[in-house]
Amino acid sequence: MSRPMADTLLEIDAISKRFGGFLALDRVSLRVRAGERLGLIGPNGSGKTTLINCVSGALPTDGGRILFEGRDITALPAHQRTRLGIVRSFQIPKPFTSMTVLENLGIPLEYAAPARSHGAAAALDILRAIGLDAKAQLRPTGLTQIEMRKLELARAMAARPKLLISDEAMAGLSSAEVDDILAILFRLNESGITIIMIEHIMRAVMRFSQRVVVLDAGTRIAEGTPEEIVRNPAVEKAYLGE
Amino acid sequence: MKTVRAFLVGVALIGLGLLLVGLRVNPYAYFAGYVVLQYVIIATAWNVLGGYAGYVNFGTPAFFALGAYTAIFLIEAFGAPLPVLILAGGLVAGLLGLGIGYLTLRLKGVFFSIATFALSVVLQTLIINWDYVGGAKGYTLIRPPAPFFGSWAILLFMVMVGLAVVTVLVARSVERSWIGRGLAALRDNEEAAECMGVPTLRLKLFATTLSGFFLGVAGAPFPYYVTYVEPSSAFDLNYAVNALAMPMIGGTTTWIGPVIGAVLLGTAQQVATVTISSELNLLIVGVVLVLFVVLAPEGIVGLVRRLRHR
Repeated sequence: MSRPMADTLLEIDAISKRFGGFLALDRVSLRVRAGERLGLIGPNGSGKTTLINCVSGALPTDGGRILFEGRDITALPAHQRTRLGIVRSFQIPKPFTSMTVLENLGIPLEYAAPARSHGAAAALDILRAIGLDAKAQLRPTGLTQIEMRKLELARAMAARPKLLISDEAMAGLSSAEVDDILAILFRLNESGITIIMIEHIMRAVMRFSQRVVVLDAGTRIAEGTPEEIVRNPAVEKAYLGE
Repeated sequence: MKTVRAFLVGVALIGLGLLLVGLRVNPYAYFAGYVVLQYVIIATAWNVLGGYAGYVNFGTPAFFALGAYTAIFLIEAFGAPLPVLILAGGLVAGLLGLGIGYLTLRLKGVFFSIATFALSVVLQTLIINWDYVGGAKGYTLIRPPAPFFGSWAILLFMVMVGLAVVTVLVARSVERSWIGRGLAALRDNEEAAECMGVPTLRLKLFATTLSGFFLGVAGAPFPYYVTYVEPSSAFDLNYAVNALAMPMIGGTTTWIGPVIGAVLLGTAQQVATVTISSELNLLIVGVVLVLFVVLAPEGIVGLVRRLRHR
C-alpha cells in the first residue's frame, strides 16, 4: 500500500436513516482516510450499528451518499460492497455452522477475494496469522467465545478487505483477551487495512484509535484524538447526562 | 473425473432400467416403480431449495400440478408429444419457482412456508374453475398406443428412470459447485453470507427456479400415467408431505439423502398400499418422520456419518 495517508477511502455524505417515525441517523457525515484507525463510539441506541449497516449495505439509506474510493456505492447491494473491499464483522458472531472453521473462510475467499485466491492454503495462512489454525477442522459450535470472535475476524480477512469494520469484537471478553484481539487489529492495520472500530470498551478504543468520532441520538456530536474526546464536555454529557 | 464417474453411473442405471424392462416382470412392478422414481425426482428437486438453501417449500403440489396441467393444456391445444410436455411443464413450473424466489426477499422461515402452501391452494382454485383443462370434473386422456416397449407402463417407467438420473446428476453437480457452497452459506446465515460476498438473492432465485423446474418435470408425465387427472389428485397433499419427509429421512445436506429417503419411503408406501391398505400410506410417513426427527435429525446420511466417526 503506497497510498498517501491523506487519501479519502470512505466518504459518508449526510446520510439519514429512519425506522418508521424514529430518526436513527440524521444527516451524518464522515470521512475515513486510507490506512486510518478510526474509533466510533456513542451511548446505546446512538446509531453506531445503524451507520455500519448503511455503510455495509445491510440497510438502505433514506437520503445522502456513500462514496468508496471516490465511487458512489449508495445503491450497491451488500455483497458487491464486500467485493469492493468493505468488510464487516458482526457484534454477535454469525459463523456458518454447518461448515468447519476452514470452510467458513472458503466462502469469502471464493466469493469476495479479488484475486480469486481460493484454496485451503490461503485460508490456513489467515488462520495461522490469527492463531486459530489448530481449530481449522472443527465446527464453529465447538469454539470458545474468544475463538468465535477470532473466526469472525479471520473470515472478514479472507474477503481481503481494504476497509474492515469491527463491530464490538471485544464485548464480553476478559482483559487479556481484549489485548489479544487488539494486537490482531493493530497488525491488520499495519498491513495496510483501514479499520473502523465500534466499541464500548473505552480502554480499547482509546488505545487503538488515531481519531474518535462520537455519535449521540443519530447525530455526530464530537470528533478528535482520544485525548480530546475524553476531555470533551459534550461527550461527557451524552454518556452521563447533566 | 468424479463428474465423469457420476455420469457413467447414471448411464449404468438407465441401462439397468432397460434390463428390468427386458425381464418383463409383473407389469405392476413398472407401475409402482414409476411412483417411486417420481418421488426420487420430487424429493431431489425439493431438496435443492429446502435442503441446500434452507427454504422449506410446502407448495410442492402447486409445482407438480402445474407441470401436469401444462401438459394437459398442450395435449388439448396442440396434441404435443411427451418430450415437449416434460420440457414445457418444467419451464412453466420453473417460472413459478422464480416467482416464489422473489418472495424470499420479504418472507423467511415459517412465513415463507405458509406462503408457498397458500400458493398451492390458490392455484388449485384457479384450475378447478378452468374448464378447458377439465375443471372440477377432471380431464380424461385417451392414450394412443405406446410407441415403444409395447406398453405405456413400461415406457413411462423408462422415461422416469431417465428423468430421475438427470435430476439427481444436476442436483449433485449444483451441490458440489460454488453455487452449492454459496447456498450452504446462506442457509447457515443469510446476513453473514451476503456480507461475505455471496449474491444471496441471485442464488435463491436460482434454487427456487431449478427446484420448481424439476417438480414440474415430475408432474408433466402424470396425465399419461393416470389418464384421468382431477384437481384433487394433482394437488394432493401427499406430494407436499412426501417431498419434505423423504429428504428429511434421507438427509438434506447431500444429494444422496433425498434419493435414499424417496426409495425407502416410496417403496414402503407402495408395498403397504398393496398388502395392507391404501390409507396406511400417510400413517407410515408420519410415524417414520417423527422417529427420524427425534432420533436422527440429520437423516440416514447423518446417522451413517456419526456411526462411522465413532
